[in-house]
Amino acid sequence: MKGNEAIAHAAVRYGVDGYFGYPITPQSEILETLEELMPWDTTGMVVLQAESEIAAINMVYGGAATGKACMTSSSSPGISLKQEGISYIAAGELPALIINCMRGGPGLGTIQPSQSDYFQATKGGGHGDYRLIVLAPASVQEMADFVGLGFDLAFKYRNPVMMLADGVVGQMMERVKLPAPRPRRTDDEIARTCPWAVTGRPEWRKPNIMTTLELVPQAMEDHNKHLQEKYRLIEQNEARCEEHFTDDAEYLIVAFGCVARICQKAVEEARAAGIKVGLLRPITLWPFPAGEIKRLSKQVKGILVVELNAGQMIEDVRLSLDEIKPVHHFGRMGGIVMDPDEVLVALKERFEL
Amino acid sequence: MTKEEIKQAGTVVACKPRLLNDNTMHYCPGCSHGVVHKLVAEVIEEMGAEHIAIAIAPVGCAVMAYNYIDVDWIEAAHGRAPAIATAVKRLNPSRLVFTYQGDGDLAAIGTAETIHAANRGENIAIIFINNGIYGMTGGQMAPTTLEGMVTSTTPYGRRVDLNGYPLNITDLMARLPGTCYVTRQSVHTAPAVKKTKKAIRQAFENSMAGKGTSVVEVVSTCVSGWKMTPEKANEWMAEHMLEKYPLGDLKNVDNE
Repeated sequence: MKGNEAIAHAAVRYGVDGYFGYPITPQSEILETLEELMPWDTTGMVVLQAESEIAAINMVYGGAATGKACMTSSSSPGISLKQEGISYIAAGELPALIINCMRGGPGLGTIQPSQSDYFQATKGGGHGDYRLIVLAPASVQEMADFVGLGFDLAFKYRNPVMMLADGVVGQMMERVKLPAPRPRRTDDEIARTCPWAVTGRPEWRKPNIMTTLELVPQAMEDHNKHLQEKYRLIEQNEARCEEHFTDDAEYLIVAFGCVARICQKAVEEARAAGIKVGLLRPITLWPFPAGEIKRLSKQVKGILVVELNAGQMIEDVRLSLDEIKPVHHFGRMGGIVMDPDEVLVALKERFEL
Repeated sequence: MTKEEIKQAGTVVACKPRLLNDNTMHYCPGCSHGVVHKLVAEVIEEMGAEHIAIAIAPVGCAVMAYNYIDVDWIEAAHGRAPAIATAVKRLNPSRLVFTYQGDGDLAAIGTAETIHAANRGENIAIIFINNGIYGMTGGQMAPTTLEGMVTSTTPYGRRVDLNGYPLNITDLMARLPGTCYVTRQSVHTAPAVKKTKKAIRQAFENSMAGKGTSVVEVVSTCVSGWKMTPEKANEWMAEHMLEKYPLGDLKNVDNE
């Protein structure tokens, strides 16, 4: 099935409580598939086509505030509209899953695949000092798996998680093993595991108030410090990546999402031509797998960062190093996806091989 | 005498609702918010709904409404309360879900969320405080500001050729099939306060009965924004605001 369809099936099976979305290419199959599945009749999941991305993300904020597992999905221009709500969700420390099936920008851009929202996803996007946990799927299987992983991380850290997919993994069809169905959490479970949830105040507790307003500067700084401590903890625990042929690599390619798949082919071609190249695929873009890149950087002569953008993740790769090594970029933009041969040519050119 | 002694003496003629706590309100003396807060607290208490109430606060003067009424609250981004209420009610259908919003929040930045929640017929109640001005930010023009009305951004009075017409959004909502009860009330006299309380009760009961969206507009005063004494503000409201925003039920499906 398509990556977008896999997300919809995985969401129902994970026991997600609410999906709120607005159509935009190339991810509309998520909402369409959910409407087709009619999960309200089986698991009781709420699915709603909102009047805008702004309304959709605020529905997620409201649902998440009541302790429910809520998600939304969109593509680049729609994700820009959601940024206000995402900032509130991060500030309120609410668990939620946001899927960005990226298309080329800026502006209305194109409906073709891109990775040009890397900065937006990993460095903020909305206002204020906050972080999203950012997962980058490279296959239809990961589109399905990261729904569950995303919610697990979101609830573990009370933090919004973004799945930063792209038009390629959203649209491509692959075999996929869907997770086993599990029931949605009961209201009792929510009350027990989410004592902060706005559920209607039982007699034994004070009102739960979900607000992101704090007019006392010291209290606001304290809240920020608390958020930063949480982010440091996430950085320590949750950086994930995958390595291919890195053991004896003299050159390293760093790429995420669908581009990592293309680069895997390029690495095989390079190896056949006698060039010892390895591939590192960050699975979490934040927290960034800086430790692994730093370790490998000591072993290689140079690093090529390959992205569907003008050079965004390359900044995090450079920040990961503690010694000067050549770090080059190869990217295509505007919805054009490179092929493995182009990567190989870029590798040879950049490092004069 | 203590409160308990007064109660025991059996001489109580009026008292603060239990759900309205003792926090000092930040509202200006004479502001309508205080009265409407009290009515909301009374109605929730009388319905025995304090354990199932989930209230959505706006951005505006009532942004900190959660400090005064002891139920669970969610504070919304500016204008987004009806979207939040939509999800809260759909995910928690047994709860009493209502928004409390001002005119800037509901009728300017949140117009889309307001109209679409009402058009879907979400089983929520919307309490709409219309004082024709932005109170919290210091008295700027609101969508409901009357023609000729002086605000800090219409220092020579609202001109329709420059600023457009006052928006009667409650009339619009009454035309939507998703709404079941749309009424316009006020709290500037004792009888008006009683009617508003009845309207809030009706709206809350409708949303629990799943009849659709209920809207209670409360035409209100803003003493600091209007730069008037509370008494003068009430007079000015009765004389000017009620002409553009006349009181009464605009729609009640129970009577149709």
